[in-house]
Amino acid sequence: MTITLRINGTEHRLDVDPEMPLLWVLRDVLNLTGTKYGCGEALCGACSVHLNGQVIRSCVTPVRRADGATVVTIEGLSPDGSHPLQKAWVELGVPQCGFCQAGQLMTAAALLKKYPRPTDEQIDQSMAGNLCRCGTYPRIRAAIKKAAGELP
Amino acid sequence: MTTERVIIPRRAFLLGLNLAIGGLAVGLSAAAQKPTNEPGKPPGPKPDVASQSVESNAPGLNPNVFVHVGPDGAVTIVCHRSEMGQGIRSSLPVLIADELGAAMARVTIRQADGDKAYGDQNTDGSNSIRGIYEDMRLVGATARTMLIAAAAQQWKVPPEQCIAKDHVVTHVPTRRSLGFGDLALAAGKLKVPDKKQVVLRPRAELSNVGKALPLLDAPAYVTGQAVFGADVRIPGMLTAVIVRPPVVGGRHVRFDAKRALAVPGVRHVLEMPPPKPPWKFQPWGGIAVVADHTWAAMRGQAVLEVEWDHGPNASYDSERYRGELAASVAKPGSIARQVGDPERALKEAARIVEAEYHVPHLPHLSMEPPVAVARWEGDTCEVWAATQNPQAARTEVARVLGISEKNVRVHVTFLGGAFGRKSKADFCSEAALLSRELRAPVRVQFTRTDDVRHDYVNTVSTNRLTAGIDATGRVTAWRHRTAFPSIASLFGESARPALDDLQQGVLDLAFAVPNLSAEICDATAHTRIGWLRSVYNIFQAFSIGSFVDELAVAKGADARDVWLELIGPPRKMSLADLGVAELKNYGQPLDQHPVDAGRLRNVLERVTDRARWQERKREGRTLGLAAHRSFLSYAAAVVSVAKGPGGKIAVDEVWLSIDAGTVVNLDRVRSQMEGAIIFGMSLALFGGITMKEGAVEQSNFRGGGRIVRIGEVPRRIHIDIVESDAAPGGVGEPGVPPVAPAIANAVFALTGKRVRELPLSKAFPEL
Repeated sequence: MTITLRINGTEHRLDVDPEMPLLWVLRDVLNLTGTKYGCGEALCGACSVHLNGQVIRSCVTPVRRADGATVVTIEGLSPDGSHPLQKAWVELGVPQCGFCQAGQLMTAAALLKKYPRPTDEQIDQSMAGNLCRCGTYPRIRAAIKKAAGELP
Repeated sequence: MTTERVIIPRRAFLLGLNLAIGGLAVGLSAAAQKPTNEPGKPPGPKPDVASQSVESNAPGLNPNVFVHVGPDGAVTIVCHRSEMGQGIRSSLPVLIADELGAAMARVTIRQADGDKAYGDQNTDGSNSIRGIYEDMRLVGATARTMLIAAAAQQWKVPPEQCIAKDHVVTHVPTRRSLGFGDLALAAGKLKVPDKKQVVLRPRAELSNVGKALPLLDAPAYVTGQAVFGADVRIPGMLTAVIVRPPVVGGRHVRFDAKRALAVPGVRHVLEMPPPKPPWKFQPWGGIAVVADHTWAAMRGQAVLEVEWDHGPNASYDSERYRGELAASVAKPGSIARQVGDPERALKEAARIVEAEYHVPHLPHLSMEPPVAVARWEGDTCEVWAATQNPQAARTEVARVLGISEKNVRVHVTFLGGAFGRKSKADFCSEAALLSRELRAPVRVQFTRTDDVRHDYVNTVSTNRLTAGIDATGRVTAWRHRTAFPSIASLFGESARPALDDLQQGVLDLAFAVPNLSAEICDATAHTRIGWLRSVYNIFQAFSIGSFVDELAVAKGADARDVWLELIGPPRKMSLADLGVAELKNYGQPLDQHPVDAGRLRNVLERVTDRARWQERKREGRTLGLAAHRSFLSYAAAVVSVAKGPGGKIAVDEVWLSIDAGTVVNLDRVRSQMEGAIIFGMSLALFGGITMKEGAVEQSNFRGGGRIVRIGEVPRRIHIDIVESDAAPGGVGEPGVPPVAPAIANAVFALTGKRVRELPLSKAFPEL
């Protein structure tokens, strides 16, 4: 079965098992390794990407569900790291080990599209599925607010 | 030296071959089987595959393996410690650059391979800055001395009249100046000075040290360009996922590869060599499923049928073992530390307070499960790994392959968290064994559940603390009995705690109680025990910090006052004061890093002042307090808890004060403290690995593998870093120990329920 995906603005026609999770298509077939494997069961959010504008867990999303769809990964969040969230993340020194940050950023980007000025509760609820073992949560909150223009 | 080989059962191998031929049709598309260097990514990890372990022959100044100045002025600084979230790549090179006088904008950081030429590379024990602060300065100062010498020769002036600053050497009297690049070739021809001739800058001249410095790798992290262990791509690489024995010491009896080999993309099913005790860092044995891609390997692992002989640890049961530890601390142990006569003081005391604390095994749960890539070629092996200890990985890979270390290269990628787990080389050796057998590059990928079930867990412990209070309310006796299987058991030594194990918070407990003892009680080991961020300090601090609070309650006194009473006046404590014959002191001499009761008092006073401890308590806030010395640093925490919606207990504010001596990168120290609070919350509230019939009961991020989510983190976290010129202490770990006892004490203040066992979710399921 041929799957057609529009990923970060480029169209890909792939001959892959339609049941293969999108995560592994991205990482192992297309070599887009910015999206991470953390749990394989939608428990940690490290694999978060946008599917037709919605944030999804790519580790449990069969690629057939993305057939014909538009996918955005961390590599496509901005052409040059200039998304307001990426800039805020760098300015506030959010990452520690960095591994979960792609997923955090993709979830945060979807959050800002829905709520351009999110409340603390909206941040906590929207980001609840993205785990960080290093404990960067306080800075994630601050950086989301900064990107939303709520903090200088 | 014995050579461990992967055994390929003929049947499985043949099946694998057959499937490989058929696999071309049913596996990945042709495009996917091309060398995977698209789109826009070079093959191999960005942290410098091409780097020579000892600096290159590039022209310019190259006085040691850490720093190179090119004729164009480009400065390359090698970071030989692993980056796992502590920000070491944004800290150690800055120290070198500051001594050199380099402008950070002209500095490129290169990640070192594993090589003894760098000295110790084990990124563990909060040891990087505290262990090599002076050495790294010397590295930069040596290069600076040579640049200045070259300039002074050219100008025919005394070198003492020259300074190096902002990438330029200036002759101060005449204001003549030359850039580092202009001097690099001439400086490179000079003899490298003896370290006695190299003078370190005064502290005030280090222009970046002590400031909140930028996180240099942040742009790579936020664009997905940072290459972690799992991101390494080698042409022709296969992926292996391994079914390991569920019980430590177990081995497979037979297996049926049929179903695994039927998964499209699976190429081979291979037996791994079973380890022999002691376990050390050996691979775990089991059966490897090797496939074209990760998904196939994981599916193959899930359907592989294996029959196990669970071996001698098959009866390990956490509930029953808890009883063993309790029985152990009910009896006197051997004396590890003694001041005065605690037994007599306990007999004479007006009141006795006694409590027993239990902390279970704890998981590491770095967000990136262990992963390594190996490529066997000719008679050499090249490894790319998320490893904290590339030299140990090199030694281990050479050992399992039966080849010389010279024929093994270990490249260090970014580590997606580590916390002690990735100081073990087991996953590197697994990849190396498979690569040699298959004559192809192989990546070994742990699943999350593999990570939870095949961890080197933090040890399990029971502590029994007993105190005597005299008629005036003074604490006159303190006895601490401790039982836990030691990490030494991993190396085949006795599991009974070693004296050195007690340096973590017991022997160095800076208390002034006139009669004080610590006793080592028996324990046995039935699983692999390893280091986890702050290690034994976790449960020693939980026990001591909770018990001080219990004493305060018994005395009807304020916990802060009782802490200060127990610590006594500010003083540096001698071995005699501590009641010990020796103190390992985290490998550092006591004169540079004394056990300083004054510094412990200071962080306690600072944190309670900042939290307005008394006022907030009067206002009805329920607070908990604890302080702890670890890794030569002093930390104290105040935690506020409250009942949220639905009666759920929540940590709603935390204050933490840390005295880590001299600080290099203030913002990374701050971020480590933020992280330590959250790490401490996870282990206090949820963490716990339990064993049933010898096997780990938890899977993935569930149950005891649960970690704190963003909404559970207090919105108000206050970090206070003591400004100090003292020798640098540890940073990565010392923030963790006081957090759990401060939470438990706050929960007591809120609920009246004293919880002496972690995680707290056992007593409060609603957490």
